[in-house]
Amino acid sequence: MMDSPFNSRGRTWPRHAPGIDPGAKPLVRFDAVTKRFGGLAAVERLTLDIFDNEFIALLGPSGCGKSTLLRMLAGFEQPDEGRILLDGADIAGVPPHRRPVNMMFQSYALFPHMTVGGNVAFGLKQEDVPKAEIDGRVRDILKLVQLEGFDQRKPHQLSGGQRQRVALARALVKRPRVLLLDEPLSALDRKLREETRFELMELQHRIGLTFIMVTHDQDEAMAMSDRIGVMHQGRLVQVAPPAQIYERPNSRWVAGFVGDVNLIECQLVESGPTGSALECAGVGRLSIAQSVDAPPGSALCVALRPEKVDVASLPPDAADGSHFAGRVLDIGYLGDLSIYRIQLESGFVLKASAANRSRLAAARIARGDSVFVSWSSDAGVVLTQ
Amino acid sequence: MRRGLSVFNVTALALGLAFLYLPIVILVIYSFNASRLVTVWGGWSTRWYLALLSDNAMLEAAWISVRIAFLSATAATVLGTLAAVALVRGGRFRGRVVFSGLVYAPLVMPEIITGLALLLLFVAVDVERGFWTVTLAHATLTMCFVTVVVQSRLLSFDMSLEEAARDLGCPPLKAFFTVTLPLIFPAVAAGWMLAFTLSLDDLVIASFTTGPGSVTLPMRIYSEVRMGVKPEINAVSTIMIALVAIGVIVAAVVTKRGAIVRERATGDR
Repeated sequence: MMDSPFNSRGRTWPRHAPGIDPGAKPLVRFDAVTKRFGGLAAVERLTLDIFDNEFIALLGPSGCGKSTLLRMLAGFEQPDEGRILLDGADIAGVPPHRRPVNMMFQSYALFPHMTVGGNVAFGLKQEDVPKAEIDGRVRDILKLVQLEGFDQRKPHQLSGGQRQRVALARALVKRPRVLLLDEPLSALDRKLREETRFELMELQHRIGLTFIMVTHDQDEAMAMSDRIGVMHQGRLVQVAPPAQIYERPNSRWVAGFVGDVNLIECQLVESGPTGSALECAGVGRLSIAQSVDAPPGSALCVALRPEKVDVASLPPDAADGSHFAGRVLDIGYLGDLSIYRIQLESGFVLKASAANRSRLAAARIARGDSVFVSWSSDAGVVLTQ
Repeated sequence: MRRGLSVFNVTALALGLAFLYLPIVILVIYSFNASRLVTVWGGWSTRWYLALLSDNAMLEAAWISVRIAFLSATAATVLGTLAAVALVRGGRFRGRVVFSGLVYAPLVMPEIITGLALLLLFVAVDVERGFWTVTLAHATLTMCFVTVVVQSRLLSFDMSLEEAARDLGCPPLKAFFTVTLPLIFPAVAAGWMLAFTLSLDDLVIASFTTGPGSVTLPMRIYSEVRMGVKPEINAVSTIMIALVAIGVIVAAVVTKRGAIVRERATGDR
């Protein structure tokens, strides 16, 4: 992730993320869409372009409006203001059953009175596809999701993971322009969820389809999508590839919501073309390799990810970056990682994390030890919002 | 959690059951009485059941009752299901509270008032009272029971199933008939069964709304009893008890089985 922070997952097939192909026409465009429920705006003047073959995740806490956005695209809710365009055409008056988008529901919504085959064939029967073609397409799609031979089973005879794949097959067999996934993995247990992530990504890669996923799980969004739209209170706060969301969050809120972070309130001292100096009340003077477009004296915030902070018993000898002395308040041992809470001499409590690469690493620094923390000048990000 | 069957519990249970069912048990036993006198036991016999077969008036009344029950239960089921759908799905439409109040009113309304009101209505619009007016009256009476049963099922119904059907290209009405209706069918069937049995044993409303020539079975029994209890009445009553019991049991089993299947379908999540 560190090598090419803004080129997510090193994909090779054509991608049309903005900035990479500025001439690309969006497949789906939300144009200043507002949706209110009883006077309260669930989605507010939201504008977003989604491109062909893209896997985009809408990430946010519950109640941020991400599901409403998805349901508006599916046609179950109508926007109060703004337009939703699909392939350039406004789909306002098109009812859900005539929209070339299909949704995979959070509960999967498999029809319990039909077999797996019946569930998957259901959508094709509505289109009056000839019987022979239905059979062929159902067989192919069940093979794609590795459920060959399951077509006579009833949904209640399947495991959670199998049901999830039936729901996926049922939506995909219609060959939609866009597949909508509403918390697709939330009903699975942890192990299965991680395997299924890769299956979904692999599948999307293979069939080349636009996926729009709604999730509150940041790991899921980070691992699977090409771009993440972070939502908060009905608005899109930031839309960017996962690495950029993580490494270059555009606000305190995004930095705090995605991953763990130290937010250090500062005042700008000076800013040049290659870096800036900040005076942080609780910490001291920081130099950051980032040019800041703000007058000296402005109140800013430095976001520093815990894993970018080095903890050592001896003072670091690096000239670049910042280092401070402190004392270990406590250590959270997570097996692969240890989280250190370190109180600096100024009183500020900083979180740092380190991979436990040697089996004795955890024992090297103990609670109450005097330590030195350091980070390089490109570790922190200056946030103006 | 072993409360066990203490002496007190067993006694209370026995007394309670006896209070509810002793009269019925006696009636059933006496329907197999060989004696002509209702109060004197004269050995086992099925002669009164055979006698019933040649009692044309009684058979005709039974046939009318069954037809009325069938038609009114069917009408009540259609209307009651629609009302339940409107109450559950309609959201907060204007007059929802009033509507649900109106639907449930017959549940608590004294039958004699419902009967009288219907009689006045039929007189006012000047329809000939008889088979159809009783059917209509029973549909009105039993509709609310169907609504209660279907509504409780719809409340636990996962709306995303119907949305999934629409998402897959199914128009709304067809989605209701192909997905929702088959899944709530046990409740609809139970509602029908309940309406059927309610109609079958109603005396008050039928008496008010019927005309000459359309005598239902309970009315027939009642008029016969006024001349003195004949052993045949015990026999016909036993048959009715059996029918109603079967209806209620089937309704209960169907509902219960639907619940089990549903639980299995969504169980291990």
